[in-house]
Amino acid sequence: MANPAFPRPDMPGPQPVAAAKVTADAAESKPLLRASGGESGDRVFQSAITACGLAVLGVLGLIVYELVRRSTLSWHAFGFKFFSSSEWDPVNEQFGALPFVYGTLVSSLVALVIAVPLSLGVAVFTTEMCPKRLRGPLSFFVELLAAIPSVIYGLWAIFVLVPLLSQYVQPFLASTLGWTGLFSGPPYGIGMLAAGIILAIMIIPIISSIAREVLQVVPQHQREAVLALGATRWEMIRLGVLRNARAGIVGGIILGLGRALGETMAVTMVIGNRPEISKSLFAPGYTMASVLANEFSEATGDTYLSALIEIGLALFLVTIIVNALARLMVWTVTRGQPTRGNA
Amino acid sequence: MPETVSAVHTTKIPPISLSRRVTDRVMTGLAVLTVFIVLAPLIAIFGYLVYRGIGSISWAFLTHMPKPVGEPGGGMANAIVGSLMILGIASIIGVPFGIGAGIYLSEFGRNRMGSVIRFTADVLNGVPSIVIGIVGYAIVVLYQHHFSALAGGVALSIMMVPTICRTTEEMLLLVPQALREAAYGLGVPRWRTTLSIVLRTATSGVITGIMLAFARIAGETAPLLFTTLGNQFWNLRYDQPTAALPLQIYVYANSAYDDWHRQAWAGSFVLIVLIVTSVAAVRYVVRRGTLGGTA
Repeated sequence: MANPAFPRPDMPGPQPVAAAKVTADAAESKPLLRASGGESGDRVFQSAITACGLAVLGVLGLIVYELVRRSTLSWHAFGFKFFSSSEWDPVNEQFGALPFVYGTLVSSLVALVIAVPLSLGVAVFTTEMCPKRLRGPLSFFVELLAAIPSVIYGLWAIFVLVPLLSQYVQPFLASTLGWTGLFSGPPYGIGMLAAGIILAIMIIPIISSIAREVLQVVPQHQREAVLALGATRWEMIRLGVLRNARAGIVGGIILGLGRALGETMAVTMVIGNRPEISKSLFAPGYTMASVLANEFSEATGDTYLSALIEIGLALFLVTIIVNALARLMVWTVTRGQPTRGNA
Repeated sequence: MPETVSAVHTTKIPPISLSRRVTDRVMTGLAVLTVFIVLAPLIAIFGYLVYRGIGSISWAFLTHMPKPVGEPGGGMANAIVGSLMILGIASIIGVPFGIGAGIYLSEFGRNRMGSVIRFTADVLNGVPSIVIGIVGYAIVVLYQHHFSALAGGVALSIMMVPTICRTTEEMLLLVPQALREAAYGLGVPRWRTTLSIVLRTATSGVITGIMLAFARIAGETAPLLFTTLGNQFWNLRYDQPTAALPLQIYVYANSAYDDWHRQAWAGSFVLIVLIVTSVAAVRYVVRRGTLGGTA
């Protein structure tokens, strides 16, 4: 539209006037299409929606800010010694988080050792072997495991898993693998092994659902090519499918690890809650998440609370790094398609 | 592989060696075995839950208050109501923000900022729930100076946002671009297009996302431990310590009384039924077409 502020003498005058008249006519003849609220409404809407989007960043920022701010006291008091000392003595205000770090790492490792082969097996079976009719129900059932609340896993573990372990599994392990030193001591049932097993059950749906998604995006012609070379089905899966999906599978495993590291309730209920470092998996332990669950609301004194929040900060940082790494690895395979594994 | 090529040329394909066939069979067998091993705990947990839960549940459990330690009987009425209250607060805060963030990602987020937010939401999804509990404690409890249902609701709402945000985005992206263009062509402003055309078309999918988030937080215990704390009595105020079903299950499971164990199972059963029916009910409403969409 011509700008009336700069009239051009060599052009016929009526043009801008005619244009203005047309829009005026349109406005008069179609009152339904009033522009009122359109532009300002758009502006308000877009800023509100952008604010919601930014709120996601804000929440992460808030978490970091609060955790850092409230753990400075403990950080100044203990420094790096906090993570290398194993003395946890609230009465004398001496805090060292090593037993918790150890418990978290060991229980998660036990969980991974059990869960990874099982979830890969399930993923391979559902994508490559099982009849089409079974595929849907099977993945539905496995993902149903993810819908059970953690506290119910814990309840089940206390009343079913732990007695089972102490009566049958632990005596068996002690008599066959006792020489390794990993399976010695009294078979109480409660302890690191029980925590690892319940964690494994909880992370299997995550690892297997992501592994399944990753296996599904491996192009069909990769499979056909390997089969055409005379491979058996297993060789086809190993060479054509698993090798191509490696990065995504590892990403899924790391995602499961992230979940295991931060899992609280079920672990707290069966790990025994004793801040000790012991080689045997039968011995009780303590994790970073369970010490928070048990002691946070009863923490007396600023240093005690600050020490607990520092454990929370450490747990947060580790899971953030682990999760970011895992997401990136899964993304490289599924090419940015959103993954549905709810960690 | 030279052998294979020559085999093709002579049209005489050598039989697959025994060891390769055996490996194939063994690996297939192992894969089937893993499926059974994984399904076993699932069946065991559900079976045991139904068995112990139905055996322990009663009308009194649903309508009575907890009895003091040692006295048999009593129920979890206050915890059931408290849970619903906390979940309500969490949904009121979490759902609008989650949907808003999802709309941002799908309609305005095709840029660098969008990628950053998308990644942040995914990472936020993996933050341990107990850490979110600390944040709820720090931003609500410390200012109110006591534990409250509000603090628990805030903590749970933080857990809802990433799930709702990402599913909303996925669902809105499924809405055909042509619908948006048709609305713009009729002169409908952008905000109206997004809300009345795009969001409305994707309603059923968005609701499914909300229910996923709801089911996820309904059983959460860790963030409530030091935000709502639990309560042995009735409380309907948002700023007081409140009983919650998962908390009560946790306390009773760790106790030494058979009667409380029984109640813990009954509570778990109620919790599972709450989660399953809320998801199923919404699915049913959505399917009947009152809120129907394409997704």
